[in-house]
Amino acid sequence: MTEPLISTRNLNKRFGAVVAADDVTLAIAQDETVGIIGANGAGKTTFLNIVTGYLKPDSGLVLFRGLDITQKSPREVTRLGIRRSFQVAQLFPNLSARDNLLVALASAESEWPTLSAILRTPARLAKAEEILADLKIGHAAERLVPELPQGQRKLLDIALAMMGNLALLLFDEPTSGISAQEKFPLMDRVMGATAERSATVVFIEHDMEIVERYARRVIAFYDGRIIADGLPDAVLANADVRRYVVGAELHRRGERPHS
Amino acid sequence: MRTVPALAIALVVLLGAAPLIPLWLVFLLTVAFARGLVVLGVVIMMRAGLVSFGQSLYYGLGAYAAGLGANFYGVTDAILLVLLGGGVSALAGFALGFVMVRYREIFFAMLSLALAMILYGILVRSAALGSTDGFNLPPATFLGFVPDPQLGHVLVYGLAATMAIGSAMLLHRFIHSPAGVISEAILTNEIRVEYLGTSVIRILHLVYVIGATAAGVGGALVAIAAGHIDPDLAYWTTSGELVFVAILSGTGHVAAPLLGTVLFELVRSFAVQYSPYTWQMVIGFAMLALILFLPAGLWSLFSRKPRTGGTA
Repeated sequence: MTEPLISTRNLNKRFGAVVAADDVTLAIAQDETVGIIGANGAGKTTFLNIVTGYLKPDSGLVLFRGLDITQKSPREVTRLGIRRSFQVAQLFPNLSARDNLLVALASAESEWPTLSAILRTPARLAKAEEILADLKIGHAAERLVPELPQGQRKLLDIALAMMGNLALLLFDEPTSGISAQEKFPLMDRVMGATAERSATVVFIEHDMEIVERYARRVIAFYDGRIIADGLPDAVLANADVRRYVVGAELHRRGERPHS
Repeated sequence: MRTVPALAIALVVLLGAAPLIPLWLVFLLTVAFARGLVVLGVVIMMRAGLVSFGQSLYYGLGAYAAGLGANFYGVTDAILLVLLGGGVSALAGFALGFVMVRYREIFFAMLSLALAMILYGILVRSAALGSTDGFNLPPATFLGFVPDPQLGHVLVYGLAATMAIGSAMLLHRFIHSPAGVISEAILTNEIRVEYLGTSVIRILHLVYVIGATAAGVGGALVAIAAGHIDPDLAYWTTSGELVFVAILSGTGHVAAPLLGTVLFELVRSFAVQYSPYTWQMVIGFAMLALILFLPAGLWSLFSRKPRTGGTA
C-alpha cells in the first residue's frame, strides 16, 4: 500500500471535561475527497485545527507523507501545502478581494516577503484573475471585503486557501451560511477548481445532501471519536451515524429523521 | 499624479526655493521635515496595527547618538551624523523588536512608553550628558566643507528635506511591496496571515525597525538643526505628540505625515507667538475639529476614496 498523504495516530485532545479528540486514528490517501460529518461539538473542527497545527494534541501524532508535523505551527504546515478555509470566512476586510488574493500569492511564493518589488505584478494579477474566474467571482475583484455578500466571502476564503503549492485542502463547512439555492452552484465551483489543481480535499459539512453528492468517502465523528468511516452510502446508512449524526442534523433543521 | 515623480518635483522645488525662504521658516521647515520623517515611521507602524507611545525612545537615541558622535568622537559631518543616528536607532529597534512585536494594542503602547521613559530616566541622571540641560553640538560640516552659520542652516534644511522626501519615496515603495501590503493585512487578521504561510512576527519586526530607523534619522537631524539636545527629546509627551500628528495627518499616503507635520509646526509656532499661555488649547481645539470633521486625517481632503492596499 502506498504511503497515505495524511494520517493521524491515536490523537487525543481534551478541553477540561470535554473530549474533543478520542483516539482518532485515520489515513487519507492522495486524490481522495473526504467528507467529515458529526453533530456540533463532535470534534470535527478540533481535528482540522490539530492537523493544521493550530491546536496541539494531548497525545498522538499527525503525519504528512510520513513526516511528523504534530508540533509544527500553522505557518509551517501551510508551507508544506496543507491549506484550509474557515467556517467563518477569514479575510482582510481592509483590502479588496483582489488584494486579498495577492497577499495570499505573495505569502505562498516566499517565506520572506520581498520589500523591493511591488505586489501587483502582471504575473500575480493574472493568477488572481484566474482563480476569481474559476470561482466565478471576477466581478467582485475591486470590492472591499465588507461589501461582498456572504457566498462570495466564502468563495474568496476558499480561493485564499488555494493559492500556492497544494497538497491537501481542508474546508471547514464551505456551505454554512449559504442559501439552499446557492449551495450546489458554490460546491460545483469549488470542487471544479480543486479538481483542476488536483488537490486532495477534506471538507467538514453538516449538509448531508452536499456530503452525498461530493464526498467519495465519509468519516463520522461523535464525542471526539470516529464512529464510521467508508463509502458515503454505507456511512450514511450506518445505525450509529443515523442516530447520532444524521438524525441530529435533521432534528437541527426541524425535520424528523426517517425511521 | 504618480507619487514618486510628484515627491521628486516637490523636493526639487523645496531645494530650489531654499535661498528665497526667510531664515525663521528655514529652521521651522527643517524641524518639520525631521519630525515629519519620525511621524512617517509612526504611520508605517500604525498601518500594521502597532501604535507606539514610546517612539521618543528612538528619536532621543538618534539625537544623542549624533550628539555624542559630534562631541566625543569628533564626527561633525552632517551626513555621517544622520547615518549614525539612524544606525544606532535601527540596531536598538532590531534588538528590542524581538520583545516588542510579541505585544499588541495597549500592551505594545505601554511597553514602548516604558522603554522610552527608561531612556529618559538614564539621560536625566547622566551628569556626563548634561543631565536635564543636555548639551550643545558643534556646527555641522558637509563633506569637509565648513559653511558660515546662515548657509549651514540652509544646508541642514536641504539635508532634512532630502532625507524626509527620499524616505517617503522609499516607504511609498515599501507600502506597495508584498511585505508592505501584508503588514496591512496583519492589522485586520493575523491568524489568516499565518495560515497563508507568512510569519506575522517577522513582518512586524521589519516594520518596527523601519519606525525606529526613521525616528533615529529624524532625531539626528533635529539635533544638528537645533545644535542642542536634552532629555525632553525622549520624554513621553514627545511620543504623544508624534502619535497626535500621525492621527492628524492620516495614514493614507506617505506625503500625509510630512504635510501634517509642517502644518502642525506652523500652527504651533503661531499659536505660541500669539497666545503664549494657551497655545496648547489652540492645538487641542484643532485636534477636536479634525476628529469631528476629518476622522481619517488631513489627507482625506485630498483622497476621499476608501483606503485599500496597493492603491493608497
